[in-house]
Amino acid sequence: MTDGGTTEERSTLRRWLDSDIVQSSPFWLPPFLLMGFFVYAAIGWNLLLSLTEYSGFGDPDYSNLGLHNYRAMLDDPGMWAATRNTFVLLVGFTVVCLIVGLLLALLLDREIRFSRSFRTIYLLPFALSFIVTAQFWRWMYNVNNGIVNQFIGLFGIGPYNWLGSPKLVLGSVIFALVWQFSGYTMIIYLAALRSIPNDQYEAARVDGASTVRMYWRVIVPQLRPAMVSATVTLVLFALKAFDFLYATFDGYRPRRGADILATKMVRESFGRSEWAYGSSIALMLFVLSLGVIAPYLYNQYKRGNL
Amino acid sequence: MSEQTITTEEAATEHETGGISIGRVGLYATLVGLVGFYLIPIESGLVTSIKTPTALQETFPFLPPAGSGITVEKWQIAFDYLAPGMVNSMLFTIPSTILCALLGSMAAYGLTLVDWRGQIAVLALFIAGIFVPYQAVIVPLFQFWSQYMQLGTRLSFLWGLPLLEPHYATILELIITHTAYGIPIVTLLFRSQYKTMSEEMIEAARLDGASVWRVYRRIVLPLSIPMFAVVFIFQFTQIWNEFLFSLTIIGSTNDPAASATLILSGLGQSLEGTDYPLRMAGAFITALPTLLVYVLFADKFAEGVQT
Repeated sequence: MTDGGTTEERSTLRRWLDSDIVQSSPFWLPPFLLMGFFVYAAIGWNLLLSLTEYSGFGDPDYSNLGLHNYRAMLDDPGMWAATRNTFVLLVGFTVVCLIVGLLLALLLDREIRFSRSFRTIYLLPFALSFIVTAQFWRWMYNVNNGIVNQFIGLFGIGPYNWLGSPKLVLGSVIFALVWQFSGYTMIIYLAALRSIPNDQYEAARVDGASTVRMYWRVIVPQLRPAMVSATVTLVLFALKAFDFLYATFDGYRPRRGADILATKMVRESFGRSEWAYGSSIALMLFVLSLGVIAPYLYNQYKRGNL
Repeated sequence: MSEQTITTEEAATEHETGGISIGRVGLYATLVGLVGFYLIPIESGLVTSIKTPTALQETFPFLPPAGSGITVEKWQIAFDYLAPGMVNSMLFTIPSTILCALLGSMAAYGLTLVDWRGQIAVLALFIAGIFVPYQAVIVPLFQFWSQYMQLGTRLSFLWGLPLLEPHYATILELIITHTAYGIPIVTLLFRSQYKTMSEEMIEAARLDGASVWRVYRRIVLPLSIPMFAVVFIFQFTQIWNEFLFSLTIIGSTNDPAASATLILSGLGQSLEGTDYPLRMAGAFITALPTLLVYVLFADKFAEGVQT
């Protein structure tokens, strides 16, 4: 009886050792632990920090936790301005990028010669660092010598202080970011366009649909999944856009009218050493991102795309 | 040509006959105009970087300077500032790119080609990791490296050795950080390929008694080489261009471990205003490795972006 028991145990152990979860764990577990520590443990730690009063030098005190940072947010006028600017940037940037990218993709999808060269050039800004492109755009927007003012000067308009005026600055930033990102949306749309079978174009043509109508009725609706995934990427980018603003304004504080939650978060923590307050803004950014990621991933899971 | 009349709708269909129409010309004109739009900021930066102060005032920002207005002085100054940063950026970008690719490929294999329950939940955590804003982790990350790990002090026995210097501790921190945050996207890239791999082939190998390791080494790895190329190119560009980790983990542009993007962000700042030619020269030097990679492997980069 006892012998039988041990063999049975041994065989359960063996079966367990042979099971795919154990066999596959050397592959996914080490990367998972490394990533999990830096991503998920850090988010938890950030939540904890946001409940402390940690600021300045020294160590955080975890014994006295409370929601005071979140209450302080409500009384901070800079917080409201940053939230408003974040949403303007998010909506303006995402919508314009989606439209420009779609137009580029539709233009390039018409059996163009050198279409690969065109595609490479339109995507080029996306391969550059924000710190690099910010230098180019500071020069473009220069009040006296910038190309933007010289160009509109041809029509007798301007010059404007694009990056200095609180009314114009956010629009100027959005324009520069669209320049950098529209190539990305184009690539996403092009991949989707290429997966549409040719006979659908043919069928629409045989039916006598005009090109514009064919695209509007037959092709564009099929681009919806591409649009959704591009939107998720763009929105998440707009939430964390920091590098470009830092490089454009030479520091933690963007010109008035261009402060967003991402820049405020980094400024509060690394500029003013208000670590706990910075962490609470970071948590807000995380919750906002989660509001975009969670439905997206759930939807992908439902469609079996994960 | 008679039925190819002037309407743009029909012009679009006429390419099969190879003719030229107004619509077609308009299409190409638009595309070329857009090339101008995407290249002008870059072109203007390039011509500005070789202008003398007088040429800067007197010529149009998009036109190259004439003979006496040309100078390479700013390129030399920018290079002197940026050279250590370029070395540092290489030192952390290349190892973390390679580590990301290896770990990502392993994770994708363990989560795709070996079937087990709970796979999707683990996978979802990997994929959600792609989208987490760095702001949400940056304060703990800074705490972790500067207060708890203090690699510089812990590894102090190393700095006496030849070729090793104390600021390599910061480089090592950056390698580990970039690897950890790069794993999610790389895993997704490899998974997109592994999902399309023939299951029968892997089943057959497993039935023949090949272990999970053997299948990975003998079948999956050789087939992943094209995807490794995509990942190398994409991750190299991403890590080289990154700024927030450099700013917070390295801290100061004067730090011996300062990366190229960090030095560029403070280049030529003075009370008299911005030295634009210097900034532009610096921007090009910083972008050079990524520009080279992009021009040589644009298709692979686009493939990485698509997924």
